[in-house]
Amino acid sequence: MMIISIASGKGGTGKTTIATNLAVSLGGDVQLLDCDVEEPNAYLFIRPEIHETKTINTSVPEVDMKKCTLCGKCRDICQFKAIVIMGKTVLPFPELCHSCGGCMRVCPEKAITETGREIGVVERGSRNGLEFVHGKLRVGEAMSPPLIRKVREYARPGALTLIDAPPGTSCPVITAMKGADFVLLVTEPTPFGLHDLKLAVGAVKILDIPCGLVINRSDMGDNRVREYAKGQGMPILMEIPFDRKIAEAYSRGEMLVEGMPEWKEKFLNLYHRIAEIISQTPRPE
Amino acid sequence: MKELIIISGKGGTGKTSLLAAFASLAKGMVLCDADVDAADLHLIMDPRIVERHDFESGHTAVINPDPCTQCGLCRELCKWNAISEAFIVDPIACEGCGVCYYFCPEKAIAFPQDTCGEWFLSDTRFGPMAHARLGIAEENSGKLVSLVRQQGKLLAGKKNLDLLLTDGPPGIGCPVIASLGGATAALIVTEPTVSGRHDMERVAELAAFFRVPAMVCVNKYDLNPEMGQAIEAYAKEKNMTVMGRIPFDPVFTKAMVQGKTIIEYDPHSEGAAAVKKSWEDLARHLGL
Repeated sequence: MMIISIASGKGGTGKTTIATNLAVSLGGDVQLLDCDVEEPNAYLFIRPEIHETKTINTSVPEVDMKKCTLCGKCRDICQFKAIVIMGKTVLPFPELCHSCGGCMRVCPEKAITETGREIGVVERGSRNGLEFVHGKLRVGEAMSPPLIRKVREYARPGALTLIDAPPGTSCPVITAMKGADFVLLVTEPTPFGLHDLKLAVGAVKILDIPCGLVINRSDMGDNRVREYAKGQGMPILMEIPFDRKIAEAYSRGEMLVEGMPEWKEKFLNLYHRIAEIISQTPRPE
Repeated sequence: MKELIIISGKGGTGKTSLLAAFASLAKGMVLCDADVDAADLHLIMDPRIVERHDFESGHTAVINPDPCTQCGLCRELCKWNAISEAFIVDPIACEGCGVCYYFCPEKAIAFPQDTCGEWFLSDTRFGPMAHARLGIAEENSGKLVSLVRQQGKLLAGKKNLDLLLTDGPPGIGCPVIASLGGATAALIVTEPTVSGRHDMERVAELAAFFRVPAMVCVNKYDLNPEMGQAIEAYAKEKNMTVMGRIPFDPVFTKAMVQGKTIIEYDPHSEGAAAVKKSWEDLARHLGL
């Protein structure tokens, strides 16, 4: 099993472009897991045939007021203010619940049982032998990590798994990067790109995963990103200059390697460079 | 006091660049950077920090090996598999639910509060600014977003200013939800691409759910005018006012590299002209 997470820090740098074109350029047993469950875009380019749709629920408490003695232990244990006492009733707030199960366990009257809150759907499909999975967060659902974890469960041993991660550096991105063999960071050579790249590198270091860089729109901006990468000893694995034709094709939902087949070779080279770094990195068992 | 929050759905559509440009044009406002996860507005605003505070939120469990008898109850109860076989809590995996701490028979687990970031009140050349920095890999971004907005409002009240301009995060998750609640209006900045359109529809649905009136502005419009028009048609269908079309203009990047807004850097550029028109429309619409 090899897992490569494509992340960035700053939004809009080209993660999905890299993830989808890399997936389609590779042969063999490849999976693309779109873990940007808040705004999944990969399917717009891959156009997979969907074989399976699963609604994903998370457990939230339901209180039987006939058994409840209003002792308040559920409210006391909850760290998320997701269950409160209002007058003579116990009110769960399912949207705030993190599904830790504490209130159910602590209730001395066994008055709290499990019901579900829908967090989103997971869809699985394929296109030309490429396995595709994504999660779509229900609009109004606050937390994406539980759905991201569900998408990641589809990673198969023996396959090469590419993960399209969300932007940012907080818990959703960590959930999409944790346990990967390599993180490919995609940036743009601008002050915003550099600032957020440093945060992303910080996250990757906390997870102790080898990483490399792709610089997108590489001729628009300045040299500070390259200088930073050099200072960090972070390899620059690919550069894509700004090309209005590429931007326009992207705007229409066209895959880069289909419109400009010469790019397929570049993505294959990118993969080989990543595989080489992974093979040279000592990993704990 | 009115609060305009700038969101997008899709990342990289130009929220921060546009907000910085609006800051150049607006009179009497407070700035707020609610994109606490990857805050960039300060790179243009160059804030002079007046106040700095720790952001303390949430907890992480820590097992004390001395009283611990390795009974295994904590590992059984933990829904996140955050406790290793050696009874060490992985702070990244720990959700801070407190269940292990509550039920440990030996009381061997500590549950200290986390300092997971910091927030600032600053002055900028355009006005006061409330901003923050969430620590890398931290949770509780929604709470920090709410706090920063609240501080922005307090600043506006204190300085008798009528407008809070807030830079929002991408996506539709908890930080975006925290930035929408109670806002006067949301400006959705999008781009004329299939991804831009798809993501805009989802965040528009979120804004409608929270009853925040939304407007749409298509940035980098000339990359695909057909898609731009389709987005504007969708906006009108959903009763969202269309607030201007901004052309793709490399001057935005050049200005950013210099730490300036596009209005400061090249006020006669196409991009600057389009932003000025958008701001005039926005200000009129909001009754500023």
